[in-house]
Amino acid sequence: MSGLQHPAKRLPLYGLMAEFNSSDALIAAAHRVHDEGFTKVDAFTPYPIEEVSEALGHHRSKLPGIVLGGGILGGIGGYLLQYWTQVIVYPMNVGGRPVHSWPAFIVPTFETTILGAALAAVFGMFFLNGLPQPYHPVFNVPRFAMASRDRYFMVIESKDPKFDLEATRRFLSELNASEVTEVAR
Amino acid sequence: MATLDQGGLPAPLPKPYKPPIVAPGHTTASVTDKISEVVLQRTPKWWFLGFAVSFSLLMVFLVSVTWLLVKGVGVYGINWPIGWGFDIINFVWWIGIGHAGTLISAILLLLRQEWRTSINRFAEAMTLFAVACAGMYPLLHLGRPWLFYWLLPYPNTMNLWPQFRSPLIWDVFAVSTYATVSALFWYVGLVPDLATLRDRSTNRVARIVYGFGAMGWRGSAAHWHNYETAYLLLAGLATPLVLSVHTVVSFDFAIGIIPGWHATIFPPYFVAGAIYAGFAMVLTLAIPLRHLFKLEDFITTRHLQNMGKVMLATGLIVVYGYMTELFFAWYSGNTYEMFMAWNRVFGPYRYHWYMLIACNAVVPQFLWFRRVRTSPLWLFAISMVVSVGMWLERFVIIVTSLHRDFLPASWGLYHGTIWDWGTFIGTMGLFLTLFFLFIRFLPTISIFEMRTIVPGSHGGEYTEVPR
Repeated sequence: MSGLQHPAKRLPLYGLMAEFNSSDALIAAAHRVHDEGFTKVDAFTPYPIEEVSEALGHHRSKLPGIVLGGGILGGIGGYLLQYWTQVIVYPMNVGGRPVHSWPAFIVPTFETTILGAALAAVFGMFFLNGLPQPYHPVFNVPRFAMASRDRYFMVIESKDPKFDLEATRRFLSELNASEVTEVAR
Repeated sequence: MATLDQGGLPAPLPKPYKPPIVAPGHTTASVTDKISEVVLQRTPKWWFLGFAVSFSLLMVFLVSVTWLLVKGVGVYGINWPIGWGFDIINFVWWIGIGHAGTLISAILLLLRQEWRTSINRFAEAMTLFAVACAGMYPLLHLGRPWLFYWLLPYPNTMNLWPQFRSPLIWDVFAVSTYATVSALFWYVGLVPDLATLRDRSTNRVARIVYGFGAMGWRGSAAHWHNYETAYLLLAGLATPLVLSVHTVVSFDFAIGIIPGWHATIFPPYFVAGAIYAGFAMVLTLAIPLRHLFKLEDFITTRHLQNMGKVMLATGLIVVYGYMTELFFAWYSGNTYEMFMAWNRVFGPYRYHWYMLIACNAVVPQFLWFRRVRTSPLWLFAISMVVSVGMWLERFVIIVTSLHRDFLPASWGLYHGTIWDWGTFIGTMGLFLTLFFLFIRFLPTISIFEMRTIVPGSHGGEYTEVPR
């Protein structure tokens, strides 16, 4: 119950953080929390655990669509760049061959397609994840530094409609959490 | 790694037992501590020595490039008919080395080769640094390197545009795309590890610097979900890309109607050679690295042996390429093709060719023996020999194809000058300097991916060790 002594307790609360010692405990807790109807929940793990994302209801990522779009834009852009420069603004007659020599344009088109898709994948991922994000309330909990080592955390936000400080704290303690802490905003 | 499985693929069949890819007894905590310790501890003495030597070599590069800029490309040994000398030899050599990183991180990821996890980070770093070295050469070879941006299509007052039908422009696109995508792939892989270093370093400056790099990463399940998707998609994109880069490099030769260059075998033969040279360089770096940082628990004998096997396989493809070149020279019935092959084997550069065969075709055959494949010393020696052999291969392809062309009146000979060698040794200095900085300041092994493969973790869907 060390969380009650948190110096920032007078500030509006961001949520409650539960700490787990094992990934199994976190996965079980994620299922329970989801079944209980909490929606503003996030889990924090040192490495990707698919079961946790699944349990919290992250099924489809928007990223593949963004990457497809990036690839198509890159490909069309690359081809049009070549068509415009080689056929329209700077046509060069090489031995009477056609200026629209599309087989030669395939190689740069391939490269710009990959480039567009890869840029979309990286920046799309950062955009969807809201990164870079210099400040986040979870870092107010000192033990959260262990989230990048071997501890597993879960946060239920106070803006969740089902959130109730005491009831939620009791609920989290029942889920085999080793510690439940209040997270200052 | 890559727990993403949206396509509903069937679960992989249980695999036969293999030795573990991480030494027994490790947990998510111990791999985190052991790998981040390398960065967070005091700098070891050998690092200063290694860095000093590398940095001195980098100064050789500085001197060579300065002299080049003062005097022009005349300081190099290039002449007519050998217009492509060390610059292109070294360009192809370095870019070939730069293939192993993306191959390991992308193709082996898609092929579910979990052992890649211990070596992908520094192999990717090696890729980036090798591409940086490679990129120097075409620019320095331009004669007026400060006008390199003329290679790029941009609106300009001269109303000129690049010639997109030229393989040299394809090369600009292939190499710059490869450098960009490799850098992004590497950085994306680093983000969770930078967060680990941010959380674990006690030094305030280090916390701020790693914190900037980590961009506020906090390991959120929602983030991991997008992250895994991005990582897998990047691997899928990098796979055709890495194969395309050396293909395009081979087009620089194959599109030209020069006997010895104008061959359809070139793309696959170049790609195999690139993987061969790349794995040789990964071994050259991995063997001292695991010893000095005491990372034998993570880069195990199994890793070394697997890399030895890849080298042997790609080496055999390369030897097949040599045989095909000779066969088709004879089979073509073309005087000039046949003369090129004869000249390669018996001409003034015959000793280069003999050395090439000894280094690339004969010595790697020792890798058939398990005793050799499991011995770090033997592997180190063989990978050095292969690196020399691959350099000789590019020398033979470029110089012997150019030096005696169709008209005996225009024949000539070529050798590198001291400035050619200075630039070459100098880029080795650049490469090693960057590598020493990398091993000092960034985790040499991907920490978060190692967490997924330790026994008992839930991350690895393809975990080979019993859970």
